[in-house]
Amino acid sequence: MNESFARPLVRESTIANALVATLIVTLILMIGWPLWALLSKSLQDGTGAFIGLANFRTYFSTPSMVAALVNSLWVAALTTTIVVPLAFVYAYALTRSRMPGKGLFTALALLPIFAPSLLSAISLIYLFGNQGFLKELLLGHSIYGPIGIVFAESCYCFPHAVMIIATGLRLADGRLYEVAEALGTRPSRVFFTITLPGVRYAAISAAFVVFTLVITDFGIPKVIGGQFSVLATDAYKQIVGQQNFEMGAVVGLVLLVPAILAFFVDRHIQKRQVALLSARAVPYEPKPAPGRDLALTLFCLAIASVLVAMLGMAIWASFIRYWPYNLSLTLANYEFENFEPGAWGPYLTSLKMAGLVAVLGTALIFTGAYLVEKTKVAAPLRGIAHFLAMLPMAVPGLVLGLGYVFFINTKGSPFGVLYGTLAVLVINTVAHFYTVGHITATTALKQIDPEFEAVSSSLKVPFWVTFRRVTMPISMPAILDIAVYMFVNAMTTISAVIFLYGPATKLASISVIHMDESGATAPAAAMATCIVLTAIAAKLIHLVMDKLVFERLQAWRRR
Amino acid sequence: MASSQRQTEGTAGAPFVSIRSLDKFYGSFKALADINLDVARGEFVSFLGPSGCGKTTLLRAIAGLDRQSSGSIAIGGRDVSQAPPSERDFGIVFQSYALFPNLTIAENIGYGLVNRRRPRDEITARVQELLAMVGLPGQAGKYPAQLSGGQQQRVALARALATSPGLLLLDEPLSALDAQVRIRLREEIREVQKRLGVTTFMVTHDQEEALSMADRIVVMNHGVIEQIGTPEEIYRAPSTPFVADFIGRINLLPGVLREAGRVEVAERVFSCPASSDLAPGSKIEVGIRPEAIRVRGVSGNEANAVRVRIHDLEFLGAFCRALLAVEARPDLHLVADFSANLMRDLALAEGMVIPVELPVEALRLFPARSAA
Repeated sequence: MNESFARPLVRESTIANALVATLIVTLILMIGWPLWALLSKSLQDGTGAFIGLANFRTYFSTPSMVAALVNSLWVAALTTTIVVPLAFVYAYALTRSRMPGKGLFTALALLPIFAPSLLSAISLIYLFGNQGFLKELLLGHSIYGPIGIVFAESCYCFPHAVMIIATGLRLADGRLYEVAEALGTRPSRVFFTITLPGVRYAAISAAFVVFTLVITDFGIPKVIGGQFSVLATDAYKQIVGQQNFEMGAVVGLVLLVPAILAFFVDRHIQKRQVALLSARAVPYEPKPAPGRDLALTLFCLAIASVLVAMLGMAIWASFIRYWPYNLSLTLANYEFENFEPGAWGPYLTSLKMAGLVAVLGTALIFTGAYLVEKTKVAAPLRGIAHFLAMLPMAVPGLVLGLGYVFFINTKGSPFGVLYGTLAVLVINTVAHFYTVGHITATTALKQIDPEFEAVSSSLKVPFWVTFRRVTMPISMPAILDIAVYMFVNAMTTISAVIFLYGPATKLASISVIHMDESGATAPAAAMATCIVLTAIAAKLIHLVMDKLVFERLQAWRRR
Repeated sequence: MASSQRQTEGTAGAPFVSIRSLDKFYGSFKALADINLDVARGEFVSFLGPSGCGKTTLLRAIAGLDRQSSGSIAIGGRDVSQAPPSERDFGIVFQSYALFPNLTIAENIGYGLVNRRRPRDEITARVQELLAMVGLPGQAGKYPAQLSGGQQQRVALARALATSPGLLLLDEPLSALDAQVRIRLREEIREVQKRLGVTTFMVTHDQEEALSMADRIVVMNHGVIEQIGTPEEIYRAPSTPFVADFIGRINLLPGVLREAGRVEVAERVFSCPASSDLAPGSKIEVGIRPEAIRVRGVSGNEANAVRVRIHDLEFLGAFCRALLAVEARPDLHLVADFSANLMRDLALAEGMVIPVELPVEALRLFPARSAA
């Protein structure tokens, strides 16, 4: 048995280091380099010569561009002030009341996540557009422009804000409330001295997330913005319309500012938030209060109805023969060969792309998180890999997409062949959504006993065997979570891929934009409906699998 | 038990594990300082000390899980200072059990065997043998979550021993268990260890655990070894006040050594054992264990007799812990253990003044701690 203690040809630690180095190179190619390409492009003129900040000077002295920046800022600010309070009350109802049907209300609040952002814009057009039956409610104002954008963005951002604030509210220590009650504190005082301070950080975090989502969203202003230009549509115009790559890069960098700001504020806040709740805290149990519960139920009902209407209107419209004159139902709008050169092609491409993103992306993300978290690699390597994995969080899809354009299009770039291929769409989408998957994987891995790897090496079992036999099976629920998250986002994403698709790789979400542009709103709604239903189906399959399959496979979880 | 357990390298008499000048830094914090230790084959050695004393760091350095900053470690005559864990020869058991939750008990125990490409029958037989050894026959098909904590720790022990390692490392193996289970498992681990003759290191902060299980105890504090010795030596002849106070309880009184065998404490001269390495006139601490203070049959005329007032009595079941104040110097306190018998026979009660004797042979002299 002595031979088993001998030095092997290649040591495990060498292999682990090599794998992490590979991961770092991959992430640099996927994330770091494109961002660098964007940055350097913004400092060059059309011929590629370095001109310092001249492009930025041009940008800030062009009235139309500054106008778009100002538009973006106030639209995002207005949306944030609308969404955060509403989301707070909704989240409060979900976590701090005895409202019935909490599961249903949670699901309804999350609905917009399963649709491309522009779906709510399409619904608004049907409701308030030139032929909308609620048009009069706008008192002569047009839905095309800031009103439509703010309304649609509010729906689109709502689930994100609710999730963040609800998480903050759930972190409450029930004992604080018991103490307050024992001291005879008035409910309003309890709210202002315990509830609000406790959730303050989550609310700030939600505000930043919403602001960033709005300012970087492309689909909604594209569909319902009309003549009202914002940063995201401006970038698109510069790149696709005028082939002015340098100015596009400048707009991209301007977009990066609020996102990076939000990223750092959020990280700072999360550190504080964690410290709020000690391990000994007791979960808060809401006491019955019929009046409060009724009021909150009505509120949630109203909000949920709007969200359902925003989704349902477009779906309904997609089955209508000729809005608003002939409301009889038809499948004609789903005969995409009449409206879209690729017919059903874009949908199938989307499916293929989302499938590949889910499988390859999840494999890369989970393996990468494992290598960083569990193997004994050199600390600097670990730090670099973690930083690169967290970076996409701070980078809006539109900016990443621009980076890819420059990265691939640079003269002599070895990656030029990727242009317009499915591969680049997959790579870009994985990079775009990398961080959330990485955080999910890291959280799951942190919950696994850190001594598993130590035990394995004492038994002379290499880490990759333990990864396959133990870590992966234990983490299966998290892996599925990541896969579904990647799939849903790959189905609905627009902002990054709009710059990267080619004639053979047009995606469903892009097809929606094109059909809408050409006036075929109903088929656009039909295609969007296909995306929503596919995304929701994926989530449902996930839930069913979790319940049926994994209960059987994961018998070991039962006591 | 397979006879392959014993390995043949190393000459008789040479230490099986040899640690030389081991240092470990975390940044500027010195976690281990100049650790030297020789352990014979088959010995059960316990690392004992308060939390943060470096005992776990030392164990992990021996395992190769956290590499030392400098110094060397040899196991079985082979220098493994730079070898990763997989190239050292040990099995390890953690406080958290670290059982693989998705594998059955049999798969857990056989985890290290499967990788050695042994025939399936051989693995099954070996797993059965180990299950019987740790007293869990018939549990092979269960999952860890279906077992109690004590049972899980037995499985972890079987898994660590499955590959017949030359060295067994136990990292606070009993700390997560209930008091009763802990005492039973203490005996079982010791028995298995003796039967297999496997050299064993155990980290613990529980002095009772160390005293009852180990052949030798390594008492550690602030990253240095305070004392190495058998449980008896450590208890009877602690070499530093820290060891004396950490293993059991001890009264420490400041004093000055007048001459060999004479020590002055609180303006009184007591007889004490003649100490060879302390110079007359040096400041010292005089130690005496609570149970060594004599009460029965003390007339008050003995050389080391003191009159004390019983300040407080703490009832602890089989005995009482008494806080005694020296009558002549009420600020000077002694802690003594009075058995229930003694309490009854002498009708001891709070407030009583009684003569007690500090027997010469029970006094320990330590050089005064410089900083204190």
